[in-house]
Amino acid sequence: MHSLQSIPALLASSFWMPQGVSTVSPEIDWLFYFIFYICVFFFFLILGLLVVFSWKYRYRPGYTQASAPKHSTALELTWTFIPTVIVILIFYYGFKQYLDLAVAPPNPYEVIVDARTWSYAFEYPNGYIDTTLHVPSNTAVQMILTSEDVIHGFYIPQFRVKKDIVPGRYNKLWFQCDTPGDYDLFCTQYCGQGHSTMRANVVVQTPADFQAWLKKATDAANNGPPAFLGERLYRTKGCSQCHSIDGTRIIGPTWKNLWGYNVDFENGVPSLTADETFIRSCILTPSARIVRSYQNVMPSFQGSVNDKDINNIIAFMKTLSDKYHPEPTTKPATAPSAATATSSPATMPATQ
Amino acid sequence: MSSSSISTAAPPAQIYLSPPEDNYLTHDKGIKSWIFTLDHKRIGIMYMMAILSFFFVGGMFAMLLRTELLWPTAWMIHDAYGKVDTESTLTFYNNMFTLHGAVMVFLFIIPAIPAILGNLILPLMLGAKDVAFPRLNLMSLWVYWIGASFFLYVLLGGVLSSGFGIHLPGGMGLDTGWTFYAPYSTTKSLAGVVPATFGAFVVGFSSILTGVNFVTTLHILRPKGMTWFRMPLFLWALYATSIIQILATPVLAITLLLVIAERVLRVGIFDPAIGGDPILYQHFFWFYSHPAVYIMILPGMGVISEVISVFSRKHIFGYNFIAFSSIAIALLGFLVWGHHMFVSGQSALTDSIFSLLTFSVAIPSAVKVFNWIATLYNGSIRFKTPMLYALGFILLFTIGGLTGLFLGALSMDVPLHDTYFVVAHFHYVMMGSMLFAFLAGMYYWFPKIFGKMYSEKVGRIAALMVFTGFNLAFFPQFIAGTKGMPRRWATYPEKYVVYHRTSTCGAYLMGLGLLTVAGNWAHALRRGPKAPPNPWGANTLEWHCSSPPPYYNFKKTPVADDPYNLGAWEYESPTEGWIPRHTAPDPSNATTADRTRPVTH
Repeated sequence: MHSLQSIPALLASSFWMPQGVSTVSPEIDWLFYFIFYICVFFFFLILGLLVVFSWKYRYRPGYTQASAPKHSTALELTWTFIPTVIVILIFYYGFKQYLDLAVAPPNPYEVIVDARTWSYAFEYPNGYIDTTLHVPSNTAVQMILTSEDVIHGFYIPQFRVKKDIVPGRYNKLWFQCDTPGDYDLFCTQYCGQGHSTMRANVVVQTPADFQAWLKKATDAANNGPPAFLGERLYRTKGCSQCHSIDGTRIIGPTWKNLWGYNVDFENGVPSLTADETFIRSCILTPSARIVRSYQNVMPSFQGSVNDKDINNIIAFMKTLSDKYHPEPTTKPATAPSAATATSSPATMPATQ
Repeated sequence: MSSSSISTAAPPAQIYLSPPEDNYLTHDKGIKSWIFTLDHKRIGIMYMMAILSFFFVGGMFAMLLRTELLWPTAWMIHDAYGKVDTESTLTFYNNMFTLHGAVMVFLFIIPAIPAILGNLILPLMLGAKDVAFPRLNLMSLWVYWIGASFFLYVLLGGVLSSGFGIHLPGGMGLDTGWTFYAPYSTTKSLAGVVPATFGAFVVGFSSILTGVNFVTTLHILRPKGMTWFRMPLFLWALYATSIIQILATPVLAITLLLVIAERVLRVGIFDPAIGGDPILYQHFFWFYSHPAVYIMILPGMGVISEVISVFSRKHIFGYNFIAFSSIAIALLGFLVWGHHMFVSGQSALTDSIFSLLTFSVAIPSAVKVFNWIATLYNGSIRFKTPMLYALGFILLFTIGGLTGLFLGALSMDVPLHDTYFVVAHFHYVMMGSMLFAFLAGMYYWFPKIFGKMYSEKVGRIAALMVFTGFNLAFFPQFIAGTKGMPRRWATYPEKYVVYHRTSTCGAYLMGLGLLTVAGNWAHALRRGPKAPPNPWGANTLEWHCSSPPPYYNFKKTPVADDPYNLGAWEYESPTEGWIPRHTAPDPSNATTADRTRPVTH
């Protein structure tokens, strides 16, 4: 089987599936081409018969139709039997490989995937959360898939793996990739307005690089000024899916120049100026006031952010507003500070 | 293996002509004579008008969503300052693909062949005056109208709320996909879910009533000489379809009511936040909706069996195998719904059983294809428009069926599930096959239904346009799917742009082709030459009466012959139609192609 798989894969890998990089992809690609050539054979058989018969037996002046049998039990049984054998064969290979996909090797490295409309958060064993999935190469990795709201999907085309992320249950999916690199992760289960924006990157690193990255990222996430931590929350809690920070209108109001400005609401709710109390209430009870011309789609973050998180988010939002003029400091800031982040949000030094 | 044992023994074919001025179209006048009619043919015509209108609407949605996909980012809707309104564009796209699916499935594909062609042709094929329960038949049409009006309400609500800011209760659009997956449909989706699911619930009853009517009719109204195994294959297909409609549709009806109960009353059934299970919804939904795939395709296979035989001037090959394969597909179709849930997290054992059962459906489907091809062998093939669609059907159904092998194989389904590969696969089966069969049937029975002939030339050109456009639209989607493009995405990575643009061009060409079809029919209705009673030389009973049929179909119930005994007819040049052959055919030469000599009576 393994000697067979390389030839067709080389011939057509660029045309059909993207290059497979997980440990299961050679088998699955082999099955793809196994079925593919069966299909090609039968398609051209049927096309050929159709063309030949249509030409040979076309009605034309002077053509006399010969008689032909109305049925032939032998022929009927033949073309019942042959497809039966073929589909049983295909079932067998699909089934065998599926068992490999379904059962993870012992003691895989576990990452909890927390999906919500319309982003993923990946939680590592040490509690660190990121929006990019980093995994070590040459290691079996298991995803524990959970959803906070509706059904989402988890699909990495180049790994040939996919699973729905169903609220109320833990689905699991494992893979092992031995080729460091960046790969796409797509949501494949329709989950509302931003479904097509629900994508993430998968970064496969050598185990040493991965451990170094995880340590650095974890340290950076636990230390820093409030606005910097708030910017991180903005990305990991899914805020960035609906709120821009550069003034672009997406699903929710932009955060640029929100703090300190006047806000109008739907349903005759009186306008007010966006301050700390308002932002806090928006995060915890978003449906209480709907900003004018927007829809009531934001979920409540009650229970998923704490008071410290809210303070950090408020600090970050302030840096995005030109109404915010903090006390001038006598000496320039050394850490990535809120004041320098007005135009370009604080970058996290440890993403790679 | 004698080819003519029945044809020599059979009684000579007979045409039951009626005066041309007395047909079902001219029998009564006025709107009441239509909407309160009990005549199966008029009911069929009214179904035709409604269903074709919804086909047009659903097609327009497809054009709009394909247009949005010309560019990888949202671009279609702009705000007052001329900037792209991403939020509205995404919602618009989600509404378009949902309404396209829901309108096409519930209001076009499922009823198209049974309700239009079944109603018009089934009693005629039986030599009967009507279906068994004409009043029930009228009721199912009305029920269809009522159900469809809920969808119209959703459409109107969507237009009013997005265009004019007027919000109808429960009518602000529909963005769940036609599958209404919970918990999205019961929590966060737009409010159109309630009227739309209720509409689908009501339309389901129309489907059930038609099914009951057809089953009864086929049991009690078959004429003398028509045993079960001398029934035309179109009727076998309708019989199998009706059984599925009766058994499966109630499950959908209850499921949709449960969705409404959860959404409106917050009864926890599917939403885990209130104690439900979303996988339960998928089991309920696909228990109906997978058999529904066969509700869509089986009648089409019946049409193809008729058309291939008649235009090859050959007895259908392997009648029994084709008839039994329809029943096999109908029964096995009930046992495979779980293949829609291979990546949902149901148990691996369940997945494996469903995979095995899924492959069993491939066998009767393959049997049918080989039988149709064998029918061409030693035929005398005429490439009239219905035949072009039938040949197109065989090719497209072959592609649709073969690509199903990828999706049925468990491990192979994993990377392909919910990608454009699936979109392409089911469009090859639903649209490539079912629509082609529907068009073949419409062109085939058009002369009988309306008594007019259409332009063959325009018909053939349109068939070529639809075929080319279809393949251009959907074949690239197989490639995009294998490369990982997920379905139901309003925006997509740059690397898929070439497949989407090709697909959109194909969709436009197909749309143009379908408009040509409509133009061809409209022209034929106004100015088409008069159709002879039997323009194709078919031997099923509907061709034994005038075109269009009289109000009462047959004054005297005809005696049925082998429906594929085409040797009973010969061509008559002056009328461009076929008339009963008065001499028994030569047993060694069942039919002869060239019969242009004038016929003397």
